Amino acid sequence: MSELDQLYREVILDHYKNPRGHGALEPHDAHAEGQNPLCGDEVSIFVRFAPDGETIDEISFEGRGCAISQAATSMLTEMVKGRKAADVAVLPKEELLEEIGIPLTPIRLKCAILGLGVLKVALHRAKGTPLPEEWQGLEHELRLD
Amino acid sequence: MAVTAPRLDADRLRTDFAVFDELVNGKPVAFLDSAASTQKPRQVLDAMREFYEHSYANVHRGVYTLAERATAGYEGAREKVRAFVNAPSNREVIFTRSATEALNLIAYAWGFDNLGPGDVVVITELEHHANFVPWQFMAKRTGAQFVNIPIDDLGELQLDALDGIAARGNVKVVANNLVSNTLGTINPVEKLAEWAHAQGAIMVVDAAQAAPHMQIDVQALGCDFLAFSSHKLCGPSGAGALWGRRELLEEMQPFNLGGEMIRSVALDRTSWNELPYKFEAGTPAIAEAYGFGVALDYISEIGLEAIAAHEHELVVQAMDALAEIPGIRVFGPPADRRTGIVSFDVENVHPHDVAQILNWEGVAVRAGHHCTQPLMTRLGVAATTRASFYVYSIPEDVERLIQGLKKVKETFGV
Repeated sequence: MSELDQLYREVILDHYKNPRGHGALEPHDAHAEGQNPLCGDEVSIFVRFAPDGETIDEISFEGRGCAISQAATSMLTEMVKGRKAADVAVLPKEELLEEIGIPLTPIRLKCAILGLGVLKVALHRAKGTPLPEEWQGLEHELRLD
Repeated sequence: MAVTAPRLDADRLRTDFAVFDELVNGKPVAFLDSAASTQKPRQVLDAMREFYEHSYANVHRGVYTLAERATAGYEGAREKVRAFVNAPSNREVIFTRSATEALNLIAYAWGFDNLGPGDVVVITELEHHANFVPWQFMAKRTGAQFVNIPIDDLGELQLDALDGIAARGNVKVVANNLVSNTLGTINPVEKLAEWAHAQGAIMVVDAAQAAPHMQIDVQALGCDFLAFSSHKLCGPSGAGALWGRRELLEEMQPFNLGGEMIRSVALDRTSWNELPYKFEAGTPAIAEAYGFGVALDYISEIGLEAIAAHEHELVVQAMDALAEIPGIRVFGPPADRRTGIVSFDVENVHPHDVAQILNWEGVAVRAGHHCTQPLMTRLGVAATTRASFYVYSIPEDVERLIQGLKKVKETFGV
């Protein structure tokens, strides 16, 4: 398999063309949006908790941008559904990158982690906890809001 | 093109550029990003090395031989810049770090003392951020209005908007690029300059994207300031030039302050050096300015007319081939009203994905907003893919672009 085929392996293209959990979620318990100014990628994430107030019961996203950013966010929604907010809030990016499973240059890495950054901001904001230091620089760079 | 049009031999010129021996992803590179920055010929690189090895010292102050040689090299480059844009005097030519710095210099050093409430700053919808943001900032700081000349669907300025703009207040400055870096549109700067002067305004021209591709004559353009850079015309980065009308430069306060730009300094007051040194504080990019001059020699020897004709052929080839591919939308005016730039959109594929796949085919294009976000908004896209040409571009580069785009469509199934 060439590196090109790896980069746009079928699963990425599938998530890009048929994003899971696409659309706004109303009402929701947590929400944030972000942009990657370099690509113009945009991602907006909505989360609804289960009655325990901790488990991610529903998660959806809206966005537009490159295949990597949109597919990675789609994959992320599948990954975190049913998990505890506190666990996802500290989820290492490596876990998502492993799931994406393709080699990424530094520029494309930002596309891949945009959705995760947005989700973290949404969860930390909903829970009133500070965003981990590792993500604080990105908060500015990815215009997380 | 008339049969008598001057021509250049791109295959021969390519031997001046070592980069074309380089393999990228196992393939020779089809470099289609010259609008961002050009590759450098060995004539420029060798000359800079020689300058550093035999003629280098700080400029203007030393009384020893090396300092004299360095000063002669630096001032010689200033004369080359003057001749290149047909400026009346080399005292009106200021070396800057870049075209961006040159435009900031005007916005600050002219804008602060000449703009205020009731005044109108006019820019266009297709400005590069370098000629947009400084004016937007300065308008806000001074209370002036910031007004935009819109473009039509082909990316050409709608000059019929000018009367409405004039009615909004006291037009003090019109800032426009001679060539759009995103669409390649050649803008009617002479007409704008005439209109600006009729309003009592100054005309500022960003020629960063024009200077590499067309003969520039500041006197024929009728502008008041013109900025361009070295790195887009085969010279080193870190050097740019500003030409300004002498009477305006004389009246302006300095931009950067420090060494070299002073006449005398005392505890209670400082007086300014004469032009152009008033605007050249600190040690300049000496060897880069020198290399800038060598690059001007290099492209002048090829001939600006030959360069324009060569790029036109490649643009026609690219636009014709792109028109054949379903789902590709080319932005901007027809080939005869643009320089060697083609911006396009591949339906349902983000430009970064396009550029990434092209990269694996050894084709280097730019994907993004090209520092023209207001233009992207007008075009209704977040970004475009842009291919741009220069003296070393060959028809095979265009063919590889087209083949690469077919691969993009195949990969994405569009």
